[in-house]
Amino acid sequence: MSSSKVIHAFYNDDEVVLDAVKKVKAANHHIEEVFCPFPVHGLDKAMGLAPTRIAITSFMYGITGLGIAIWLTYYTMIADWPQDIGGKPSFSWAENMPAFVPIMFELTVFFAAHLMVITFYMRSRIWPFKKAENPDPRTTDDHFLMEIELHDNEEELTALLNETGAVEINVVDKH
Amino acid sequence: MSHYEAPIREPLILGHKSYHDITEDIAKPIEGKANKNWYIAFYISLSAMLWGFGCIFYTVGTGIGVWGLSKNIGWAWDITNFVWWVGIGHAGTLISAVLLLFRQKWRMAINRSAEAMTIFAVFQAGLFPIIHMGRPWNAYWVLPIPNQFGSLWVNFNSPLLWDVFAISTYLSVSLVFWWTGLLPDFAMIRDRAVKPFQKKIYSLLSFGWSGRAKDWQRFEEVSLVLAGLATPLVLSVHTIVSMDFATSINPGWHSTIFPPYFVAGAIFSGFAMVQTLLGIMRKVTNLEAYITRLHVEYMNIVIILTGGIVAVAYATEFFIAWYTGSQYEDYTYLSIGSATGPYAWAFWSLIIFNILTPQLLWIKKIRRSFIWSFLISIAINIGMWFERFDIIAIVLSKGHLPSTWWRFEPTFVDVGIFIGTIGFFFVLFLLYARTFPVIAQAEVKTILKSSGESYKKLRDDNHE
Repeated sequence: MSSSKVIHAFYNDDEVVLDAVKKVKAANHHIEEVFCPFPVHGLDKAMGLAPTRIAITSFMYGITGLGIAIWLTYYTMIADWPQDIGGKPSFSWAENMPAFVPIMFELTVFFAAHLMVITFYMRSRIWPFKKAENPDPRTTDDHFLMEIELHDNEEELTALLNETGAVEINVVDKH
Repeated sequence: MSHYEAPIREPLILGHKSYHDITEDIAKPIEGKANKNWYIAFYISLSAMLWGFGCIFYTVGTGIGVWGLSKNIGWAWDITNFVWWVGIGHAGTLISAVLLLFRQKWRMAINRSAEAMTIFAVFQAGLFPIIHMGRPWNAYWVLPIPNQFGSLWVNFNSPLLWDVFAISTYLSVSLVFWWTGLLPDFAMIRDRAVKPFQKKIYSLLSFGWSGRAKDWQRFEEVSLVLAGLATPLVLSVHTIVSMDFATSINPGWHSTIFPPYFVAGAIFSGFAMVQTLLGIMRKVTNLEAYITRLHVEYMNIVIILTGGIVAVAYATEFFIAWYTGSQYEDYTYLSIGSATGPYAWAFWSLIIFNILTPQLLWIKKIRRSFIWSFLISIAINIGMWFERFDIIAIVLSKGHLPSTWWRFEPTFVDVGIFIGTIGFFFVLFLLYARTFPVIAQAEVKTILKSSGESYKKLRDDNHE
C-alpha cells in the first residue's frame, strides 16, 4: 500500500468531538475514522455512516433457527422414529407441535444471537489474536481521535481542527 | 445540552470524577496486588471446591446410591441445588437485558458482575443433572444425535430435554453477551498495561477492539438486539425448569402457576445473590463511588416486588391445596400437613426467610442500609433454597400409598457436593474480581455527565 499522510486530532470531550465532526464535515473534509473510548450518540449520523443492518441479519438467522427446529422435531419425532409418549400424537407434527414450542423458541434465539454476534465480529474485524488498530492507547481511556487524510492542506486543516477544540494535533505517516 | 437528567434524581456516580478517574478506579483492582482478605476468601473457597470435587468423584465412582435418595425420593438435594443455582443466574440477565430495554441507567454499575454471577451460577447448576445421570460420560446422549442403537432420537416431548436446550442456549447467549460488552473494557486494560505478559493476555481477550465509530454503532445495535433476545430467553429458562415439575402428574407439582411463580422466585433469589456479592465487592475493590446506596435501594425494590409475587403464589398454592378437599393435597409443600409434620422446620424456614424477613425492606432506612441489605439477602438465599427443597423433598416424601412414605436424610456426599459448588462459584467470582473489569466502564462513562454527582451539582447551581 502506498504511504500517505494523515492528521490525528485528539479531543477529550464527547460533546466537543461531536461538534467538531459536524464542523469538519461542513468544511467538506472526508473524515477517515473516529476512535472513541465509549459510544457517542449521534456520532454515526454526524459522520455520515450508513445505519447498521446487523439487526436484520439477526432476524434472518432467527428464522433459520426456527426452520431447523421445525425440521428437527418433525424428522426425529414424526418421520424417522415415531413413538407413543404419553399418548401424544406422534403421527402429526401439527398436532404434536405444542410440545415442541420450547425447542422452537430456544433454537430461534440460539441462532439469532450467536450468528449475529459472529457476523458482528467478522464485519468489525475483531477476533482472538487480532491486533488492535487504534493509533493511540488514550483512545480507550478518555480521548477521542479523529483521523483525516491529508492532501497538501495541512495548515488549513490544523487551523480548522484547532478551532473545533482539539487538544492535540499530530501529522503521521499511514502505511 | 445532550447530557441532562432531572435534578430530582439522585446521582449514580458519587464524587468528582473525570473519564480518566473512571478508568483508573476500574483498572486498579486488576493492576494492584490482592490483599490478605482476598487470599483467605480464595483458599476457603478453593478448599470447599476441592472437597466438593472429591464428593463428585466418589459419587461417580460408586454410584448415586451414596446420596440419600430412595426409590420414592429420586430427586432431592441435587435437583434442589440445580434449581437454586439456575434461579440465582436470572438476576444477571434481568439486569443486563431487561433493564437495558427499559433504559435503566443504574444497571451500568452492576450489570458486569451480575452477568458474571449468572454465568458462574449456571455452571454450578449444570453440574447437578450431569452428575445425577450416574454415568456422566454419557451426558452427550441428551443431544439430538442418532446413537449407537440405531436411529433412536431424544424425546422432544420431555421437559427434561427442553431444559437441555433452554439452559445451554441461556448459558451460551449470556456468555457472548457478557464477552461482547467486555471487549472495550479489556481494550482499556490492554492499552494501559505496562507488563508485556499482561498486555499479551488482554490483547487476546479484547479481540483487538479498536473503538471505531462504526464498531460502536454495531456494538450498540448488537447489545440492543441481544437484550431483546435475552429478555424472553431469561423468562423461558425458569419457565421450562418449572415445567420439569408442573408437567408431572403429582400433587404439589402439577400446578399451572408454576412458570410465572418460578420466574419471579428466580429473579427474587438472583437479586439477593447480587446484593450479597456486591455488598462485599464494592468494599473490597473500592468501588463505593459507583455502587451506591441508590443501587442497593433499587435492587431492594425489585426484591420486594418479586418477593411479593412469590408470597402471593405461596398463598394461592396453600389455599388451592386446602380448597380441593383432596386428601392427596394434605401433604404438599404448602399445606397444613407440611406445616405440622416432620418437615415443619423446612416449611417454617421457607416462610420466615422468604416471606417475613424481606418485608423489612418496606422500611426505607433498612432498604438503604448496606449491612441490612446484606443480611436480608443472605436470608433470602437460604429461604429460596428451602423453597426448592420443600417443593421436591416434602412433596415426594408422602406418596399416594402410605407404604411409599419416606423421610429424606442427606448424606455427607449430598452436603459435600452442595458446599463444593458454593466453593467453586466463589473461586470463579474471586478470580473474576481480580482479572476482569468489574464495572462496564465504557458504559459508565456515557452516563458520567448526566448522572455524575459533580456534573449534576454544577448544572443545578447554574439554574438557581
